[in-house]
Amino acid sequence: MSDTNGGEPLPEPEGAATLIETEYEIGQDNITPKIGPFGLDIHNPVFAISGLAVLVFVLATLAFQNSIGPLFLAMRDGLTASLDWFFLIAGNIFVLVCLALVVSPLGRVRIGGREATPDYSYLGWFSMLFAAGMGIGLMFFGVSEPMSHYGASYGGTVMENGVRTDWAPLGAAEGDVDAARMLGMAATIYHWGLHPWAIYAVVALSLALFAYNKGLPLTVRSIFYPIFGERVWGWPGHIIDILAVFATLFGLATSLGIGAQQANAGLSYLFGIDVGTTAQVLLIVGITLAALISVLRGLDGGVKRLSELNLILATILLLFIFVVGPTVAILTGFFENLFAYGREVVSLSNPFGREDDNFRQGWTAFYWAWWISWSPFVGMFIARVSRGRTVREFIVCVLLIPTLVSVLWMTTMGGTALSQLVDGGFTGVQEAALELKLFEMLTQLPLTTIASFVAIVLVIVFFVTSSDSGSLVIDTITAGGKIDAPVSQRVFWVSFEGLVAAALLIGGGLGALQAMAVSTGFPFAIVLLLACYALVRGLMDEPR
Amino acid sequence: MYKTIMVPIDLAHLPQIAGAIDTAGDLARHYGATLAFVSITAETPTAIAHNPEEFRARLSAFAAEQAARLGVEISAKAYAATDPSIDIDKTLLEAISDTGADLVVMASHRPGLADYFWAAHGAWLAKHAEISIFLVR
Repeated sequence: MSDTNGGEPLPEPEGAATLIETEYEIGQDNITPKIGPFGLDIHNPVFAISGLAVLVFVLATLAFQNSIGPLFLAMRDGLTASLDWFFLIAGNIFVLVCLALVVSPLGRVRIGGREATPDYSYLGWFSMLFAAGMGIGLMFFGVSEPMSHYGASYGGTVMENGVRTDWAPLGAAEGDVDAARMLGMAATIYHWGLHPWAIYAVVALSLALFAYNKGLPLTVRSIFYPIFGERVWGWPGHIIDILAVFATLFGLATSLGIGAQQANAGLSYLFGIDVGTTAQVLLIVGITLAALISVLRGLDGGVKRLSELNLILATILLLFIFVVGPTVAILTGFFENLFAYGREVVSLSNPFGREDDNFRQGWTAFYWAWWISWSPFVGMFIARVSRGRTVREFIVCVLLIPTLVSVLWMTTMGGTALSQLVDGGFTGVQEAALELKLFEMLTQLPLTTIASFVAIVLVIVFFVTSSDSGSLVIDTITAGGKIDAPVSQRVFWVSFEGLVAAALLIGGGLGALQAMAVSTGFPFAIVLLLACYALVRGLMDEPR
Repeated sequence: MYKTIMVPIDLAHLPQIAGAIDTAGDLARHYGATLAFVSITAETPTAIAHNPEEFRARLSAFAAEQAARLGVEISAKAYAATDPSIDIDKTLLEAISDTGADLVVMASHRPGLADYFWAAHGAWLAKHAEISIFLVR
């Protein structure tokens, strides 16, 4: 390592010989103001515009809630209803591109150059990408979504004035318990399997390629260099980055608010703590403080450790339910559900000639828009920790393994609840409110209090890991791709995010902003399709 | 008295660390010591270099230039970190044992309010390293 080859020409970058030649120097548009005692190093104008725009949006949403809320909701419903075909096709393209990359010779390209070595062990890497990618949703939907699809499928199709008004996937399975169960699980896994992870994989792989192999700054605009050329450093790039900050901050803040509500519901169920804004704001403060400590301890000392803790806790909860729950049913269910997913995935992802409008638009298209709006954040975080992996290894670990984990999770959580309903006649979960379904399911198992407590802790830790990694991402984007900007900036973003979440929770309007975050899914879907092109083009130039 | 003097180098802030480099050069000539330039970079592209390899080359070039100017022997060693702003402290500690340094000369800013929130790197190093730390302001 200690080299003193001073006068020699610059060596090739660890085997990646295809740096993009650009006049742009990282940080050239950055300004370094001093606010009080804190020095900053921020991108001009991305930092200022995103920060101010977020403030304006939050204030406007709070001030004009009654008129803005319905507007955002209508925008979301309009987009998912009229463009569902577009979202479904886009989702399929992402999956196909990823699968093609695994089997093609391009899969041999290594992120960071041919000689690069990975920064993280498989466990550390997987924990981080899983915690950032799905995290909290698994806690919220693990029990509730299979139950919803099962109920709707079992209820059968309902026609009113020639339009289907039921929410069942495909042709439903009226009165057939087993078929409804299979269809419900297949539909859930479809929403949590290959498609969402393919969306993340495309964004993450593109970002990693253009930063580590091509030498461009680690920020979303870099992916578009092959399309916009040098203009990407001007306004087209500013807009892409600002949109990415927006989607990340609102996605996080709304999830933080919703997560606080779920944790509050769980705590009230368990310890009789009041459900209300005070408790939820306190939870947000706590989560934000924990995230603050995590980012101050850095990627290795904070974020990675918490993600590992997260994975360990999730494994414990999963194993516990597996052992004390219907063990054999879960075990056989895993393979049955995987098979059902394989059998139904083609019809579920077919965008045309279907009659299940409510399911396709209200569930699938909504989910796709939601995953896409999260993709700048998750993709950028995954990109940052993935140096040294080959494309093939990357896709197997970001697409295939998480999908299997999702199948296992849904089978254990949802399968147990379904088994309680179908085999045991327990209707508690079915009747419980959405945020309580998980805890209701746990009441039918031994050690209810301990298991529920672990579940609440898991909800909270999942939030901390989203909040800290999200803040690192926003900090990097608003510092023009610098990951070594002053620490005070990440402190700012963590706190700002907590404040936005708390303000929206107190003033109302979480739902409206979530609808807006989802609405950013449409422009981003187009952006991601372009990214697929840039990715393949970029990979073809790399040494294999 | 001193054999190897370690000097942490920030290639992005050369004017701010010029004083520390000159001080280290004087000390090295006085004691007949060699200098060890160490530096930490991100693994992502930075303003200085596209990747850690290129960064190493730039640091080596800088060390060679300073060796000629100061008339002392200078080695260069670059470390790549996943989160440099945080990892810098413990990497510098690691560099002390890697280079076998018996003195660190480094630039430091004047203490201010921000130091109450997180310690400056020099202060942290003085607290944790077993060798002498010379902070240049």
